Amino acid sequence: MNLLSIFNKRTSAPVARDRLQILLAHERSYSGQSDLVTALREEILAVIAKHVNVDRDKVLVKMDRGDAVSTLEVDIEIPTPTKPKLAASA
Amino acid sequence: MAKVLVVTSGKGGVGKTTSTAALGAALAQNGSNVVVIDFDVGLRNLDLVMGAERRVVYDLINVVQGDAKLAQALIRDKRLENLSLLPASQTRDKDALTEDGVARVIEELREKFDWIICDSPAGIERGATLAMRHADMAVVVTNPEVSSVRDSDRIIGLLDSKTARAESGERMPKHLLLTRYDQGRAERGEMLKVDDVLEILSIPLLGIIPESEEVLRASNVGSPVTINSPTSAPARAYAEAARRLAGEDIAVTVPSEKKGFFGKLFGRRAAA
Ligand SMILES: Nc1ncnc2c1ncn2[C@@H]1O[C@H](COP(=O)(O)OP(=O)(O)OP(=O)(O)O)[C@@H](O)[C@H]1O
Ligand SMILES: [Mg+2]
Repeated sequence: MNLLSIFNKRTSAPVARDRLQILLAHERSYSGQSDLVTALREEILAVIAKHVNVDRDKVLVKMDRGDAVSTLEVDIEIPTPTKPKLAASA
Repeated sequence: MAKVLVVTSGKGGVGKTTSTAALGAALAQNGSNVVVIDFDVGLRNLDLVMGAERRVVYDLINVVQGDAKLAQALIRDKRLENLSLLPASQTRDKDALTEDGVARVIEELREKFDWIICDSPAGIERGATLAMRHADMAVVVTNPEVSSVRDSDRIIGLLDSKTARAESGERMPKHLLLTRYDQGRAERGEMLKVDDVLEILSIPLLGIIPESEEVLRASNVGSPVTINSPTSAPARAYAEAARRLAGEDIAVTVPSEKKGFFGKLFGRRAAA
């Protein structure tokens, strides 16, 4: 057993913690998404679609679980409306 | 008012059944009327840990299906008269547990007991979701080890989405019970520390149960550790956790085997 292996053994817990933090951040934003997020996404899409045409892929709904509160992040890309045609004045 | 508590974890073998028996007995020792329910259909164990395996006549499925009255299936503990067990079926299929049937049984128990503690099976399938379905609060049992922490994270997600409480838009109070903790190994950097797990899972700490041979000794003789050796380190840790569950605000420590000596004090307290 060399010095390095002793060192590695001593520090295995911080490695575990870092791996978990990275993994769970990933899992929470994908499979960790609850049915609630799916339902919210669908309903938000329906509301937006009533007023503007949006690309389904441009609507991002993400839940971040926190200590006391969770945050719901909604990011919607809406196409800039094309200028009304001047011909309409005819 | 009656409280329904689910003891859950995702990962198997982390100490759910041990904790259900110990917390149930500790709450009863403090005077509450307690029933512990085994939801692990086909793999029942709570009867053994409680030392009631030879007294099982009817089980949860019999009651759910109306083949037995609740009073016929409940087994009263021989040591504590205010502690009862509702065993799981060992032979039946877990599909025999219907959601409505479980709801009815829980409602009936709410009228008779102060605490209804549901020992969840491992996994994230139907058995586990049924056990948590009607809970008012949850104890998430976790070992300081990567796969257990990951599975606990998954279970926390289910508690926040699949329970009746979550579906009605209410908050589900969740408490972390860190079990099989070895302070020496954590200090040497060989095992995840309490603060690491708390930071990752972000739920309040209910207690830290040290790894101890007293737990095995208690299960060998069929007695919750809080009854079998009340002064041992795990028993004191469970007794304190039970008091926190009941709303007392006491600092979390890791009781050590040496009597009177308390380990490091943890700043965080369990939310009531
Ligand atoms: N604090 C502890 N110290 C030492 N051994 C423990 C401790 N807690 C639990 N154990 C042991 O770990 C094993 C698993 O415990 P238990 O049956 O309570 O886990 P479980 O989560 O209910 O398992 P399952 O998922 O199979 O239902 C048992 O042998 C038990 O004695
Ligand atoms: Mg079990």
